[in-house]
Amino acid sequence: MKLRLEVNGRPRSADVPPMKRLLDVLRDDLRLTGTKEGCGEGECGACAVLLDGELVNSCLVPACQADRRAVTTVEGLAAPDGSLHPVQQAFWEKGGAQCGICTPGMLVAAVALVERARRPSDAEIREWLAGNLCRCTGYVKIVEAVAAAARARRPGAGARRPKRVKR
Amino acid sequence: MAPARAAVRHLPRAPRAVVGSNVPRREGLEKLTGRALYVADLDVPGAWWGVTVRSPHARARILSIERDLGADGARAVVVTAEDLLRAGRDNVVHLIADDQPFLAHRSVEHAEEAVALVAAPTREEAERAAARVRVRYEPLEPVLDFERAETIHKTCAIDKGDVAAAFAGAARVVEGTYRVGHQEHAYIEPNGMVAWPRIDGVRLVRGSLQCPFYVHAALTRLFGEPAEAIRVAQTSTGGGFGGKEDYPDLVAGHAALLADACGRPVRLLYDRAEDMVATTKRHPGRIVHRTALDAEGRLLGMDVEVLLDGGAYVTLSPVVLSRAVIHAAGPYRCANVRIRGRVVKTNTPPNGAFRGFGVPQVAFALERHLDRVARAAGLDRVELRRRNLLADGETTATGQAVIDAGASRQALDAALKRSRFAATARAHARFNRRHAHLRRGLGLACFFHGSGFTGNGEIRLASEVALELLEGGRVRVLAAATEIGQGTRTVFAQIVAQVLGLPYEAVETVDPDTALVPDSGPTVASRTVPIVGRILADAARELDAVLARRVGRPPGRPWTRRDFAGAAALHLDAGGERRVTARFSNPSGQRFDETRYVGDAYAAYAWAAAVAEVEVDLTSFETRVLRVVAAQDIGRAIHPRLAAGQLEGGLTQAVGWALFEEVVARDGRMANGQLTNYILPTAIETPPIELVVLERPFAHGPFGAKGIGELPMDGGAPAVVNAIADALEIDLDRLPATPERIAAAWLAARPERRRA
Repeated sequence: MKLRLEVNGRPRSADVPPMKRLLDVLRDDLRLTGTKEGCGEGECGACAVLLDGELVNSCLVPACQADRRAVTTVEGLAAPDGSLHPVQQAFWEKGGAQCGICTPGMLVAAVALVERARRPSDAEIREWLAGNLCRCTGYVKIVEAVAAAARARRPGAGARRPKRVKR
Repeated sequence: MAPARAAVRHLPRAPRAVVGSNVPRREGLEKLTGRALYVADLDVPGAWWGVTVRSPHARARILSIERDLGADGARAVVVTAEDLLRAGRDNVVHLIADDQPFLAHRSVEHAEEAVALVAAPTREEAERAAARVRVRYEPLEPVLDFERAETIHKTCAIDKGDVAAAFAGAARVVEGTYRVGHQEHAYIEPNGMVAWPRIDGVRLVRGSLQCPFYVHAALTRLFGEPAEAIRVAQTSTGGGFGGKEDYPDLVAGHAALLADACGRPVRLLYDRAEDMVATTKRHPGRIVHRTALDAEGRLLGMDVEVLLDGGAYVTLSPVVLSRAVIHAAGPYRCANVRIRGRVVKTNTPPNGAFRGFGVPQVAFALERHLDRVARAAGLDRVELRRRNLLADGETTATGQAVIDAGASRQALDAALKRSRFAATARAHARFNRRHAHLRRGLGLACFFHGSGFTGNGEIRLASEVALELLEGGRVRVLAAATEIGQGTRTVFAQIVAQVLGLPYEAVETVDPDTALVPDSGPTVASRTVPIVGRILADAARELDAVLARRVGRPPGRPWTRRDFAGAAALHLDAGGERRVTARFSNPSGQRFDETRYVGDAYAAYAWAAAVAEVEVDLTSFETRVLRVVAAQDIGRAIHPRLAAGQLEGGLTQAVGWALFEEVVARDGRMANGQLTNYILPTAIETPPIELVVLERPFAHGPFGAKGIGELPMDGGAPAVVNAIADALEIDLDRLPATPERIAAAWLAARPERRRA
């Protein structure tokens, strides 16, 4: 199929089988390799992206479901001038990344949370990130970073309750 | 051992010191923006895909291998052991015993053993071709139960004092048997390599690995080519924990053989399932303790048997066993110790290095056992440990007098204080009386970990590093130590900058590549900072001396960047060497008798105590870890935040091993090789972790630092399981403590519960 989608704010297209995993479309067809494959079965969250703002595991999304929708990957988090997203900045300062392989998915998931919840509690952050496995950090510095990023966001940026699609 | 400096709990830090401050991490930005390139991210034009054909049998004779690829034949290559033989390749993975083949020849010794390799232009074509490689087997009876296995990979023994006399004179003897299971590393990036065919006389392999020179040695042996004909470079690596210490030798060899066969680059990337079922794991084990006590609860004699399951090939088992045996008596004073260690062969995939490397197994056994010893002796478990922990200068099981052994008591006191141990225990007692189905408990574990290779290993390794002068007063670190998440480059740059008195930014690092860096040894054994960092500090001192001599100033004074640049330019203009190298020099004078297991097993130990607080639900027997408090003496935190990250991550892996992580085997194959049913702790199950970092400097570590990577893995599991045992007043002698095992122990403790 001729897949048309918006990736990180730019229109992109690819000629792919409709059931090709969105993960593979991003990595192979669009050469956006920031999104990682850790398990291929929706357990680890390393492939997490935003699909029209909803957090999904791109290894479980067929290309046809992404048609005419907007995808945000880790490559799209920083501003065009290269300045880091507050969540990236907080991971940088707090030490939220160690080996870095879970980091793209973790960052995308964290961005989805801080865009919805202004002051998530420790328990809310942990629950929200429970679909993203990290084997290095013990999550301590990740949770600290997300809390710091949520605090750093300007007030009025929206305080909707967290909502997430089934992962 | 040479004396260390006086004990200092918290070192005063000079203002603007580089070492000891949380400088921005070198490895950070690329990982946060998705730009870091892991092996699966490499764009390799024209590369074919590799696939490994594996044995479905745990033990079998290979009768024949047919490779009728049909129409796909023109676009696929197959490599078997016979092909290696014909091409004059040495079909041996070079490590310790050299008993493991790259490809099984005539027989297979474990399930998932590699039997043939296939490459084709796409993954689909390669998989199709692999399906057409028909291997006929004659299955043989496998040995799967390590407790009944008879083939021994390696034994080792410690004898200290007179154990028979100690037991004869004991007021009390306590016995116990403890068992631990496999643990899967579950780094989130599976193993993978890209190999290029021989170009201009050089074979290049790039991939996910911990030890570039191990891979280099394995490929040199496989191809029978000189060192300069093989080049191994690390890509960004998504976790290792020991799992990428030796197995990448195989993956790299396979990829290189395929590249050789098809004349194109080949990507050999494991998926999660292949990585879980085929690659190494933590050694399962059985540890039997007999302990003799005097009337006051002091350890008179310890008799310990350590049995580990090595799997089908020797690989790293001998060194895992020796570390296990040396740590089996723990950080305790005991004049009479007998330890017997054995690692046996089973027809299962070889077990390998995993953070802790034999110590988590023996630490679980001993710390579980000491709770039982305390009960038998009628002593409080804290008091029992306090009475027996080593003091400064006392000797370990190998007779090594350790100058700072008393740090183990400091760690115990710090952990008890931070966890408010006594008050929390009283609060739990009240809670447990009140609550119908929830029970809370506290667990304690004391543990230690030797930094660097065991015994004379570092002397044999003779690691080397180099520093290179660059333009503008910059310095480049050249070392083979890999960054796998710990922050290797950051701490190396800190150490060198601090020695020279240069700004952190003036020191650069490179990606480990055997064509560019000297062999500073493998990235294992908590050795990166205390051993490699120390050699780097020596190299920096040498560089300082060379430049100081050049400009006629006294050495050992901090440089301004301008003066340094000036001196460097003068030095280079005068034809001075751009590079300064330094080699391991055994500064502590460490000596170990490797036949008798007597002497300085390690130059330094890190000491720790952990307290876990748990809540067990009697309706489901599920355990929630409420918090973990850990106090550890690490000598000096070069980068406090990175150090804390190591400790937190290691404790979390220990919690996983204690409660959830269980490899289920069926006919010698891992039956739960998926993250769906091999359960890792998520952010929800991971408890809050509170750290107390103690800094008693090690005289021969850089700025006093000891190794810390493995330490937290050693004591977390016994602390958690001791807490469960405390909560339910039951005995648990096996890891992981799953709800089923807890329920069984609960029912066994009071048979009348069965009717309820």
